[in-house]
Formats: sequence, structure tokens, C-alpha cells
Amino acid sequence: MTLCLEGVARGGLAGIDFELEDGSLTVLLGPTGAGKTSLLRLMAGLDKPAAGRVTQGGVDVHRVTPRQRKVGFVHQRFVNYPAKTVYENIAAPLRQAQRVSRSEVDAKVRAIAEMLRIDGLLERRPSELSGGQQQRTALARALTREGGLLLLDEPLVNLDYKLREELGAELRAIFARRSATLVFATSDPSEALALGGRTLVLDAGRVLQTGSAIDVYRRPASVRVGELTSVPPMNWISGRLASGRLQLEPSSEVVRPSQFEALPDGAYRFGVRPHHLQLDPSSPHSLKLTATVELSELSGSETFLHLRPADAGRAPLVAHQAGTRPRSIGERVDVFIDPKRLHAFDEAGRLAAASGL
Amino acid sequence: MARIDIEDVAHRYTADAAWAVDALTHSFRDGSASAILGPSGCGKTTLLSILSGLLHPTRGTLRIDGREATGLPPRQRKIAQVFQFPVVYEAMTVFENLAFPLRNGGMAKDEVKTRVKATAELLGLTASLDRRASGLSADEQQIVSLGRGLIRPDTAALLLDEPLTVIDPLRRWEIRQKLRHVHQETNATLVYVTHDQTEALTFADEVVVMDQGRVMQVGTPRELFETPKHAFVGHFIGSPGMNFLPCRLAGRELLVDGHRLPVDRNAFTDPGSGELELGIRPEFLELAREEVDGALPVRIRSASALGDHHLVRVALGERPLQVRVPDGTPIPTECGFLRFPPEWIRLYRDGRLLT
Repeated sequence: MTLCLEGVARGGLAGIDFELEDGSLTVLLGPTGAGKTSLLRLMAGLDKPAAGRVTQGGVDVHRVTPRQRKVGFVHQRFVNYPAKTVYENIAAPLRQAQRVSRSEVDAKVRAIAEMLRIDGLLERRPSELSGGQQQRTALARALTREGGLLLLDEPLVNLDYKLREELGAELRAIFARRSATLVFATSDPSEALALGGRTLVLDAGRVLQTGSAIDVYRRPASVRVGELTSVPPMNWISGRLASGRLQLEPSSEVVRPSQFEALPDGAYRFGVRPHHLQLDPSSPHSLKLTATVELSELSGSETFLHLRPADAGRAPLVAHQAGTRPRSIGERVDVFIDPKRLHAFDEAGRLAAASGL
Repeated sequence: MARIDIEDVAHRYTADAAWAVDALTHSFRDGSASAILGPSGCGKTTLLSILSGLLHPTRGTLRIDGREATGLPPRQRKIAQVFQFPVVYEAMTVFENLAFPLRNGGMAKDEVKTRVKATAELLGLTASLDRRASGLSADEQQIVSLGRGLIRPDTAALLLDEPLTVIDPLRRWEIRQKLRHVHQETNATLVYVTHDQTEALTFADEVVVMDQGRVMQVGTPRELFETPKHAFVGHFIGSPGMNFLPCRLAGRELLVDGHRLPVDRNAFTDPGSGELELGIRPEFLELAREEVDGALPVRIRSASALGDHHLVRVALGERPLQVRVPDGTPIPTECGFLRFPPEWIRLYRDGRLLT
């Protein structure tokens, strides 16, 4: 049964319109305060919209109890039954479902516990577990249920980095095997990309864009989406399209790249992802900007250079390079950009044309 | 600031418990930016408590600037700390929050003012000095906490305990930038504790990797990435971690799942006979559509587009491997050929690097 949100508003949320198809995976991507939790609560039927409707199969969701609708909710701050063992915590929804046999419950509990790597902890109580283990218990309990709607509110945020990375990759496979309709809220763009599915970018109570995670990343509909879909965010360079040329500054001008052919002449904000700022020209047609290194961060496998463009009116840039490429603070560098990598945004901040690659 | 040395430090919480930290010897140099990195339960928080004086170690000594400090109470160590959650007085302004540790120490009014202004300048808080802390966002509050840690002129070191936990990923980036800037400007001795490799590696000049109460490796981010001394470090550092494959050495070649791979035999002494593991980073594997010299045939299991790169899961025989392919590189669909550049192959016996 499709879950439908039509013109929903409540608190900071306004004009929310979308549908969740049965068995689909939707990732709500947005910063803290965007309204992710409020939106999940509306979908769960825990809160009533001030305007608009939330319906499932044509029925207002708050008219039906969450249990009847089979709604599961995993909170950022996990909730477990303190007096029950991990095993019983995970088994609880299966036991409530009655028709499930004892051996079936056992098989399901053990399978999901193994997936989440808590199979060695089944006899413990939540108080004897670390925060990450408690969170995985809550996640396991939610995942035992088949069908219905499962809402996950930043469930990995309190986990260790390595575990989050591994679980993120596994959840994609685990989710694919579930029949439930899943909604996963996160503020981390790399998590949205790793989970796949449909991404819904939420900011300041509004849905800014929906689409597959990689499409949203490659064709951000606005400046704000460009900022919210990668860490570090997209770089901004103002410039002009004039006759057949693209100009960043008097000294940096190239033939207008093909993706901008249909655009009218005028001023634009060009956006480019940090890994497309190069320190060597990739082609003779590269655009060049001069900048000073403000900071170089090395992660062993990657280098992040924070750059201050020589042209004082320009915003700072971040270049993300593969490998260890340290530069001294204050060093002047030339930054090269393949013009095909640029996105153009109009003065209102809307995407005018996406990168040609 | 100061240098902190720990020598053969060990701690267990009860006499029959396992060692939470064991046989740790390390020097945090004056003016260094170090990180202690490891998973939950590795002992990093115990070590931090030993440094700050909240815990008296079961064994071993701690010196601050050469002076014995093992039994010194926290207040006398002059070690400041920034915690996971911002510690600010919400009813006070940013100015009062920053001034508090100084006024507490009996500093003269004019001096307090000068010092608060300088610290605010360093952290970009000048425009917020008159705002109440309750009106600040979590990341702004955490920057005020950082300022409170740095403000006393006699602070020996600043410990940061997972300071970005409650901060949004996009804001984390900015605070990290600020921390690096603070370190460059002040030469403070900073010790940053985290489970997050990106935070540790981008923050620190020297990273102490811990697991199960022990130091697994101390090194620069580059050393940890390129030459992990333990399989654990290979796995823990990197996204995803190092690939490992069982192998045997036969002359100048490695036997891997029935295939032969050339290795750089000058890179390590003869390991003798027996089972070894080959370790190679997903970044260093080269995946091609056509057969190239020395490449091994693999099946492509899946490929995920992750923005600036693709993560490709392949199988060599039954052995799974992960390959990081830069965005824009063509990816073979069903079968491909995987090259193992000899300079990036590392060999491990019982989890330890052969050198």
C-alpha cells in the first residue's frame, strides 16, 4: 500500500509532497534541523499534519494505530527492553506476530544477529552492551519484521566509524532482501550514496530534490543541493558565458564547453566537486585559477587542500587529490579545472546546466 | 605547552579484569598534534583518563615536561579537555564563558580581556562575544568549549575526546579546519581521541593506533596507509580497509589461489616456509577490461557509484576483493583483469608485516 504525503505541513515542514511505493528504499538526506525526524514522525502517524494529508492505501495514517499498520521506528537514541536478553529483544516482534513457530523465530533471530555481528551476545542484557551493540540490537529487532513500514532515524550515527562503514555497505544488501518499505534518515551524503535507493534532499523543512542518490549527486538541482551532497561540499566559482566563451577571470577563458551551448549569455555561478580541482592541467583546454594554500590535510590516501583564490572576491576552494601531496601553507598554486566538469547555476541558485561528464 | 611521556603504563579496573591498556610507552612531543585512534573498547578512553589524571594507572609512570606526574591530581596537571558534548554555561555570554577559567585562576581584569579577545579572534568568535551561549548551535558551542580549553596561558596540553560526535558531517569539516588552524597558530600540544580515521588522519601529524589495550602502530597518516605493520591497522585504516588473501612464496613469485604474482623480493627478508597473507589496498589495485601483463582474471560482483569513486567488488576464484576505481574510469561488466602493482603488495605472517 503506497504511503502518500500531500501538501503536508507541520512546525518547520511545509509543502511536502511525495509517495513511497511498497517495498521501496528512500533516504532522507539533510543537515541537523532540516526536519528529518519530524517528517518520520508524520509518516509513522505519531504526529498529525497541521495541513495536508498522510495516507496509506487511501486511509489517514493517524486513524490507524502504528501496530495495525506494522510501523517500525528505530531512533537515533536506541530503545531496548532492559530486562530482556538480546535474544528476547530481537524476538519480541516475532512473538507478538503469533503465527511464527518457535524454530522459525530462532532461525530468524540468529540470522539477523549474525548479519549485525551480535550473534555472540544473544544471552546478554542491554546494560551489559556498549552503545554500538545496543544500537545494533534495536536495529536487529526492527529488521526481523517483514512487510509494513520501517523508519530509521540516523541509526548508524552513534556507531564506530569502521562499523558504520561496514554496516552501511551490508545494509544495502539487507534492505534489498526485506519486503518492508524503508525510510532511512541521514545527514551524511556518503551514507546516502552507499545505501543507494531514492534520495530525498531535505533542508529547512522543504524537499529540495528527489532522485537516485547518484543522479542527485551528479545533477544537483540547486546550489544548496550541491552543498549538501558531498563532504567537502561543491566549490563555487563565479563567471560569465559570453558569445562562444566561458570566462572566469580575464586571464582564464576557454571555449564554451558543450554542456553550456544552449545557455543564454550572462553571469553564472559555476559549481565543481572538490575532486575535479586538479593541480596539473588535465588538458590544454583546462581553466586555470591562481590560489594560495591555507591548509593541507592529509589522510594517508588522500590530500585535501584548502585554497584562497588570488582574486580576493572569490570564495575559498577545496581540492581533493588522490595520494599524499603535501603543500606548504602560503604556497601559491595553479588550480586547473576541466570545463566539462562544471555545473552552471543561475542567479537564483537553480541548476541551469549540469556537467557534461 | 608541554611534553607528556608515558612509560610502560598499564591499567585494569579490577584485579581480575583484563588489562584495559597494557604496556604503553609513548611521548607526546611539545607542540605536536597527535591522535589516538581505535575501535570502541580499545583502551583509548582509559588512556585519556590516565593523561588527564582521572585515573591512576595500575602500573607505569607519566611525566609532564620531564617531571613525575603519575599521582598528580587533575587540577595540578594543567591539562585541559574538550568532551563529546559541548561544556558551556548556557546562561553566560561567549565572552563570560571564555573568561571563566581565567577569572577562576585570579587573572587581572585587563589581562582577561586581552586574552579572551585574542582567543576569540583565533577561533572566529569575535562577532559572537556578546551572544548568550544558549543561543548558539552545537558546533558553535563546541568551538566555545575549545576556546575554554585553550585560553589559560599555563595549559600544558589539550585533550580532545571525540569532539565532533554531535556535530553535523558538513560542519565537522569546518571545525577540523579550525583545529588545524589553531595548532598552526599556537603550537599547542594537542591529543585527539577518536574512532574516526578521517578525523584522526587529517588532524594529526602522528597517529597512535590502538586495539585491545595495546598500541598496534605509531606513524604518520601516510605510513599507516602505505605500510600497515599489522593486519589490524590495514583493516582499520582506509575506506574500505586493506584486502587480504592467503598466499605462499615461491622464489620471486607469490602463489595466490593457483595464480602467480611477481613480488619485490628486496622488500623483506626470507620468511621461511608456511602460510602468508598478501595485503593490498583497494586504491592500489588496477582493474582493466582487457588482459594486461601479470593481471589476474576476476569476476565482477557489483559496482557502486559513491560520488568521487566507484567501489567494485570482485572475486578472484572464491576470494572476494574490493577495488576503488576513480570516477570516470570505465568499469568492466562481468569479467575483468586485476593487476597487483608489486610495490604495493605487503606480506603478513600471523597478522604482522614482513619486513
